Amino acid sequence: MAKFNKKKSGDVPAVSTASLPDIVFMLLFFFMTVTTMKDSSLMVDNTLPNATETKKLEKKDRVIYIYVGKPTSQYQKTFGTEPKIQLNDKFADVSEIGSFILQERAKKPQELQNVLTTALKVDKYANMGLISDIKQELRKVNALKVNYTTYEGDSFQNLR
Amino acid sequence: MPRRGAPPEVNAGSMADIAFLLLIFFLVTTTIETDAGLDRMLPPIEPPETDVVIKQKNIFTVNINKNGQLLVEEELLDLKNLREAAIAFLDNGGDGTCNYCKGKKEESSSDNPTKAIISLKNDRETKYGTYITVQNEIVGAYNDLRNREAQRLYGTDFTEMEAKYLNPETASEIRDELKEKVEKIQELFPQKFSEAETTTN
Repeated sequence: MAKFNKKKSGDVPAVSTASLPDIVFMLLFFFMTVTTMKDSSLMVDNTLPNATETKKLEKKDRVIYIYVGKPTSQYQKTFGTEPKIQLNDKFADVSEIGSFILQERAKKPQELQNVLTTALKVDKYANMGLISDIKQELRKVNALKVNYTTYEGDSFQNLR
Repeated sequence: MPRRGAPPEVNAGSMADIAFLLLIFFLVTTTIETDAGLDRMLPPIEPPETDVVIKQKNIFTVNINKNGQLLVEEELLDLKNLREAAIAFLDNGGDGTCNYCKGKKEESSSDNPTKAIISLKNDRETKYGTYITVQNEIVGAYNDLRNREAQRLYGTDFTEMEAKYLNPETASEIRDELKEKVEKIQELFPQKFSEAETTTN
């Protein structure tokens, strides 16, 4: 009987944490596989409008992003509050879009160069004048496939 | 005195901390969601070689002014009614050659969905949000009609078929089959959508 009594006596054994790294690594790999890296930090306000008839932008390697919106508060002192265009990590002028698109297109593999989409991430409070200028520039370099990136939601909320 | 037995174990207690650090790094620098949006094609910059004569009744003009008001076919229209008006225009089938149309067959509206053109004009000061809402309603009108035809012919929604067709995870034999159906429906209601350059007044 002494054998059994011995076990009950003494402290509760500590919970083994040896498998904790495995669990955390599992989480880590999960996040590594399902997510994509942020490629550039936003320097403009980017409240996208809502739309219901959206299509998903599959295959991120075929997309060129153009951001438009009011500069965020930390840049407003130098750049003002009028909507600006952001290409990669810097503010740009409308006239720079053409060369930017050509440059990005040249970076992609040959077989993808004809199927690229330009994703316009535009703040919903921006004016159409700027967007029309961008569209005109895109037409000049024959980047005709555009995607107006939106959030999923009731489109009539945009009017408020 | 020589040591006996196995060498002492490496302490793995801090492994979890290292892994957590990596995990948090990835959580912060990455995004999960895939973007979605309205796909559109811009018109090529060189004008078409031959001048095509288009009857006025086959054009559905939509004007947006800087306050976000709509002028549709020379009449003020609420944005909420735009989809309905666009559907009525596209589905009209005025000359009787369209056997799947269910519209009113009015003389003054479009002849055939394949000839019907929607023309969108906007002011430079129009808000982007308003423009997207209008685009959304027009794409919605096309999708509603295409869904109706897809339901009639294949018993599924067009938008569903298209999403499945565009999804790279779908098996290629299913995609080939879908491609045919998607193209057939697109032919019935082709998106003819013209965007004139913006006006300043």
